[in-house]
Amino acid sequence: MVIARKARTAGRGALAVAAGLLLATSALAADPIKIGLVAALSGPSAQSGEAITQGLTIAIDEINAQGGVLGRPLALVKRDDESSPPKGATAARELIYDEKVAAIFGGLDTPVSLAIVPIANKEHVPYMGVWAAGTPITRNGAKENYAFRVSAVDVMVDEALLKYAQKHGAKKPGLILINNPWGESNEKGLREEAQKLGITLAGVEKFEDRDVDVTPQLTRLKNAGADALILVANAAPGAQMMKSRERMGWKVPVISHWGVSGGRFPELAGPTAGDVVFVQTYSFFGDQKPAGKKVLAELAKKYSVKGPEGVISPVGVADAYDAMHLLALAIKKAGSTKGDAIRTALHQIDEYPGLIKTYHKPFSAQNQDALGPDDYIFVRYEGTKIVPVH
Amino acid sequence: MDLFVSALVTGVGLGSMYGLLALGFYVTYAVSNTVNFAQGSTMMLGAVMGFTFGVTLGLPWIVAILAALAVCVAWGVIVEAIGVRPFAARGSDLWLMATVALGLILENVVLFTFGKDPRGMPASALSAEAFSAGGLRVSVLQVTIPVVGLLIAVALHLATRYTRTGKSMLAIVQNPDAARLMGIDVRKAIVGAYAVSGLFAGIAGLLIAPLFTVSSSMGTLFGIKAFAVAILGGIGNPWGVMVAGLMYGSAESLITAAFGSTYTQIVTFGLVIVALALRPDGLFGRAGVKKV
Repeated sequence: MVIARKARTAGRGALAVAAGLLLATSALAADPIKIGLVAALSGPSAQSGEAITQGLTIAIDEINAQGGVLGRPLALVKRDDESSPPKGATAARELIYDEKVAAIFGGLDTPVSLAIVPIANKEHVPYMGVWAAGTPITRNGAKENYAFRVSAVDVMVDEALLKYAQKHGAKKPGLILINNPWGESNEKGLREEAQKLGITLAGVEKFEDRDVDVTPQLTRLKNAGADALILVANAAPGAQMMKSRERMGWKVPVISHWGVSGGRFPELAGPTAGDVVFVQTYSFFGDQKPAGKKVLAELAKKYSVKGPEGVISPVGVADAYDAMHLLALAIKKAGSTKGDAIRTALHQIDEYPGLIKTYHKPFSAQNQDALGPDDYIFVRYEGTKIVPVH
Repeated sequence: MDLFVSALVTGVGLGSMYGLLALGFYVTYAVSNTVNFAQGSTMMLGAVMGFTFGVTLGLPWIVAILAALAVCVAWGVIVEAIGVRPFAARGSDLWLMATVALGLILENVVLFTFGKDPRGMPASALSAEAFSAGGLRVSVLQVTIPVVGLLIAVALHLATRYTRTGKSMLAIVQNPDAARLMGIDVRKAIVGAYAVSGLFAGIAGLLIAPLFTVSSSMGTLFGIKAFAVAILGGIGNPWGVMVAGLMYGSAESLITAAFGSTYTQIVTFGLVIVALALRPDGLFGRAGVKKV
């Protein structure tokens, strides 16, 4: 029995060595620049990881078709963080020490990103956020900050939400926020922005992830004279809020952070799902510029995505696509895959015509977020499709 | 004024859900002095099975409902057989931990099979408006829940007073050994109680599902609140349990309406502790007499 087990172990060892040799030789032959991705590839947010993968893959294939960067092809190395910060941190270390990636892309979860950023800063490996909106991801107070982002930022989303409400005639919006750190960080942001914009808030109400009925909270806001609701919550609790609003027969406009777009919101919220206007960075609906047409064509070819309604998460695809191109541009500019050289080069990017917009000096040492409040668009659900609001 | 009327309507709706679930604690406690602590998971099982049979498999609703309830009854029997009996038979209190463990196992099995994505039960005739109160639309379903809960409480009350089975249940509570000697099948009665307890949780799950989202973790907080309600009501009294549920639900939404949601959990659970400190046997319970 013992002997048999030993023999088996030895066999496995030999196999591993052989496989290792094979990998090593092929790597030497191609010698690609490795690009890491740590995102949720399984679990309730798996769609987000899939969308980011699609965006990155399309960009990488485009770059490789034109001869790669510094004469080397780019290769994507993916790791699943299962939305868990410790798993994300372990994966990031593995990518840095073992795979020697030139940069790491991040996923949807702010807590995971916050766990990886200190590692990236310490190891001088650029971290490119393409979804998670937590403000401290890029504004982390590090002296040499390696965290960059092509996505929304909570504080700026808060500003955009209030401005949208104001533009559409709201005088006294009420806040209805999920009771967790994400809701709390947005409460802070929304209060500060409201003060700056001279908006009086009707009130601030919190609700729990598992609340069945949010009517008491909403009734308080209604009695306080709220003429618009600012919602910060994920799809399931957001849907419970909408069901309570429907029961009250309250037709108040709802303006939301993009949390509602992460799950089956139309199914969960029912007939009033379309009443929620929420923020996105990009939409594949409407007139597309050449870049948009090209990405849609690639999505159709590679992932059999049928038209804009087939794009599972426009945000993930578009942010990842632009961020990958910006990073490749910086590697080229730096003439090296060393982290500090790439970081400096990212700051030096002048102009880049991307998918979301034409970037002018997207990054600087003071601001490592490429997108601002003017780049956000507002959308709503029409059936299960996400369509822009005009 | 509107605020409090609508809060009360909401509270009665929520409270009857807690009460209904808490009745499941009552039936098993009455016969065996044990409960399935993971009653919330059984409620979740009812909702998940209802969704699977009714929506995913597209069975006719009546079939889906009966099948889901059958699964819950079977689960109740399983919990008794592997989580309670082996420990209770040795006079150990470890059934407490065992039922919690079984609930966690169930939640995780559902997580992997049903998926992590919360699902929404489609609207049906039950979601239609029945009447409106304080500016709040009350659906048929929201009226159904308290009615079902109260009917079950009445039925349980009458059963223990006037039927043979009910009386033998009371006999078992008073003295299991004497009951056995009188020819009452104690084991059968306990298994039966767990089956009924599973049934109640299943009914609660199916009634709550259209108002809530269906997911593996939907029952956890419900279970905890229902247990608080069961204790508060004096666990040996079906009426008390149901009324305590209504009181708890109303307190919850009135507190939210009056002070805002930040304080709801703190104040409601605080009130439960105060109530139990003042009346250790529950609001409607009778102090047990210990005979030496």
